[in-house]
Amino acid sequence: MQNKMAGRKDIWSAITLGILLLYALVLVLPLFTLLKESIFKDGALSFEHFGEFFGKKYYYSTLFNSLKVTVAVTLASLVIATPLAYIMTTFKIKGKLYLQILILISSMAPPFIGAYAWILLMGRNGVVTNFLSDVFHITMPDIYGFSGILIVLTLQLIPLIYMFMMGAFKSIDNSLIEAAESMGYTGFKKVWKVIMPLMVPTILAGSLLVFMRALADFGTPMLIGEGFETLPVLIFNEFTSEMGGNAGFAAAISVIVVVIALTIFLLQKYITNKKSFSMSALHPIKEKKESGIKNVVAHLFVYGYLALAILPQLYVVYTAFLKTSGRIFVKGYSLDSFKAAFTRSGDTIVHTFTLGLIALFFVILIAILIAYVTVRRRNAITNGLDIISMVPYIVPGSVLGVALLLGFNNKPFLLSGTATIIIIAFVIRRLPYTIRSSAAIIHQISPSIEEAAASLGASNLKTFFKITLPMMLPGVISGAILSWVTIISELSTSILLYTVNTKTMTIGIYTEVIRGNYGVAAALSTILIAITVISLLIFFKLTGRKEVSL
Amino acid sequence: MSVTISFNNVIKKYNDKPVISGLSLDIKKGEFFTLLGPSGCGKTTLLRMVAGFNSIEGGEITFDDKVMNRITPQHRNIGMVFQNYAIFPNLSVKNNVAFGLKNRKIPKDEIERRVDHILDVVQISQFKNSMPENLSGGQQQRIALARAIVMEPNVLLMDEPLSNLDAKLRVDMREAIKLIQHEVGITTVYVTHDQEEAMAVSDRIAVMNAGVIQQVGTPREIYQRPANIFVSNFIGRTNIVERSLKKVDSRQVLIMDEHYQIDIDNITLPEEEVIKVSIRPEEFTISDTQEGMAGVIQHSVFLGINVHYTVKLSNGENVEVTEESTLGEPLEPGTEVKLLVNREKINLFHYESEKNILEGDSYAK
Repeated sequence: MQNKMAGRKDIWSAITLGILLLYALVLVLPLFTLLKESIFKDGALSFEHFGEFFGKKYYYSTLFNSLKVTVAVTLASLVIATPLAYIMTTFKIKGKLYLQILILISSMAPPFIGAYAWILLMGRNGVVTNFLSDVFHITMPDIYGFSGILIVLTLQLIPLIYMFMMGAFKSIDNSLIEAAESMGYTGFKKVWKVIMPLMVPTILAGSLLVFMRALADFGTPMLIGEGFETLPVLIFNEFTSEMGGNAGFAAAISVIVVVIALTIFLLQKYITNKKSFSMSALHPIKEKKESGIKNVVAHLFVYGYLALAILPQLYVVYTAFLKTSGRIFVKGYSLDSFKAAFTRSGDTIVHTFTLGLIALFFVILIAILIAYVTVRRRNAITNGLDIISMVPYIVPGSVLGVALLLGFNNKPFLLSGTATIIIIAFVIRRLPYTIRSSAAIIHQISPSIEEAAASLGASNLKTFFKITLPMMLPGVISGAILSWVTIISELSTSILLYTVNTKTMTIGIYTEVIRGNYGVAAALSTILIAITVISLLIFFKLTGRKEVSL
Repeated sequence: MSVTISFNNVIKKYNDKPVISGLSLDIKKGEFFTLLGPSGCGKTTLLRMVAGFNSIEGGEITFDDKVMNRITPQHRNIGMVFQNYAIFPNLSVKNNVAFGLKNRKIPKDEIERRVDHILDVVQISQFKNSMPENLSGGQQQRIALARAIVMEPNVLLMDEPLSNLDAKLRVDMREAIKLIQHEVGITTVYVTHDQEEAMAVSDRIAVMNAGVIQQVGTPREIYQRPANIFVSNFIGRTNIVERSLKKVDSRQVLIMDEHYQIDIDNITLPEEEVIKVSIRPEEFTISDTQEGMAGVIQHSVFLGINVHYTVKLSNGENVEVTEESTLGEPLEPGTEVKLLVNREKINLFHYESEKNILEGDSYAK
């Protein structure tokens, strides 16, 4: 009874085709140009770029670096997020509601601010480093390189797996646990033999997301990696190298990154399909008040994690209010950094808002339309659209940036250097997430609501605008806020695409950190964090929710 | 306003698999017609073909001789009531009911008048300005009904409208639906799997199974003279037993057991001796005399008006028997009884084809 409208030609067919064409132009064409650039040299088919990459240690070591970082971050996030989610589900923890919100906020703050914060604390001239060597004469191990990237990315990405796990824990019915207990499974055995197997699909899905993020992350290794280069950093350096960037070589590295991401993505899909099952809990697991050592350890774990995740960023905010002299912080407090930020980088704030809001508009519009046709008009074409729209999920931001620049460098599609190209990048990078959340909303609306409208004589478009859209709106608005937060913290694509006229706050912070203007960087970071936190608080207020799904 | 609906050799396929292959049926003007059958029998599929939500792969559906196959739901002038009500949650009760009228560009004051009137008819005027989420299931179903009939549709289609309501409300609502349908007189096609509900509301019923109509008739006809074993089993409860039909002297006799035989007159004797007999539990009587089929009470269930007995016959068969309850305890298990059969009401079926072989009454019409 589900294929009622399938095959019928209506306004939605036209909309589907229109969006498909748009995708062909702004995503498929650039990605093909990227592929072409990587395998052609001087007009002839050649794998020289790939040969060069795998021939020199300096290049191929970045591949190992990236894999090392990605695997380590994924494992570390899992190891910390799993007990965190378990404790938050089953233990009574003081101030749980606020902890939940803080965990989410910590995940939405721009990742490279975390890197910057750790440099301020534990870098060569960091406060903690200096304190320890002055007072205790201890020399701290170096924060730069692999360990720094691992710390920053892990802390950043734990909340992602945590959120997945919280959802899954909620769908485990308490009776399953009680049944296991009645059969003699208690304590650690219960967790390991009963609960964890139920979590396998969730762990896989969450790990994939973390893997993709860690693989694609550009800002963190760029700031804190120093000699430890990862693939996205290499792509950026090769493409923008001052000795005349090597587009073909950057394209070849990009292709390698996409192949890795695609392999992992398909592997995860394959395993998940084999292991998938669905649960819904009539009686979710209830939290229990524990006492004694268990209770203390649980509290220490949760609060300890949160302190590590949040305090560094708070320190950045703190430094924004310090007096500066030139590039160094001096005693006393002032708002000079903010003044400097507004006078020197005020336009970046304006750009962030204008570019972000325009992108947000298109993200919402296109996501709703795509979600609608893929849910309500399932056929080969809408399936194709669904797949294409998910491609950016596995294409790292820096790769997309290179692809867009290569694709739109010539007439008639000369877009490089325009605001349009940045908006396009923002929109296609964010769409996969927004489409998923919009589709989830449409799935909750019974098709018979639309049939009722049709039976009363309303046309397809009228039904959509008068009935379906208003019903979707609350969900769409909360989804839009999350999109907004992620758009304004985007760095890896815009750093390739920006010009003076389209420089956003994230790029502003990045360039100020690189230049060593820590005061201005801190002030801009503070403003960005403030916008993020305020947006998220509005989100929590509007939805009444304590969780976020990306 | 209302129309006749004709199905002419209608075919429905899902992914090239036929679910309805060549169905014909006529629904009269103003009739309350029910499609009844177990889940998956194709009744909802057929209803949605009338509505235009399902495509038609062959044959045609006509409203008053006008072929509907290619006409979209928007242009069929139908009113539809859904199983989950499909109330627009973002619109008030009034705006839900006015939704279709506004689409027709009818003057504001006329919309107002018609909405008020229909809310009166379905008795939810007091909720005119409420939002639907604050209303109960029964009230929401009244809105859905009002929203459909306010359009003065040619056809009113109802897809299991009562199945989400609790038992008592279901009975109240089916009375209301029947009453309102008679008042407005729209040709109505009603889908349900609940045979009691079907009998309560319908002028005529089509019993469906596996995409095929088994019997069309009034509630009384399909209950008393089911066309085949399926209908007999699906409508009400019954006992199906195999017995022989013999010619003794000039009489036709159904041999229930060696001591109890019934004369059957309204029948032409089939070639085979063995037939299937459908006897409803209430068509048995526990005899006061020695006449009847011998059996032993196995157990009893007291249900207020009636007592249900399971009786083991001398050949080992178990049958269900319903007796009006009397003062005092029901018969004890182990009690030996004789069962009489109400000759007029039982039905006889051909052994192979399972079709009714009785003549007379109206089942064959």
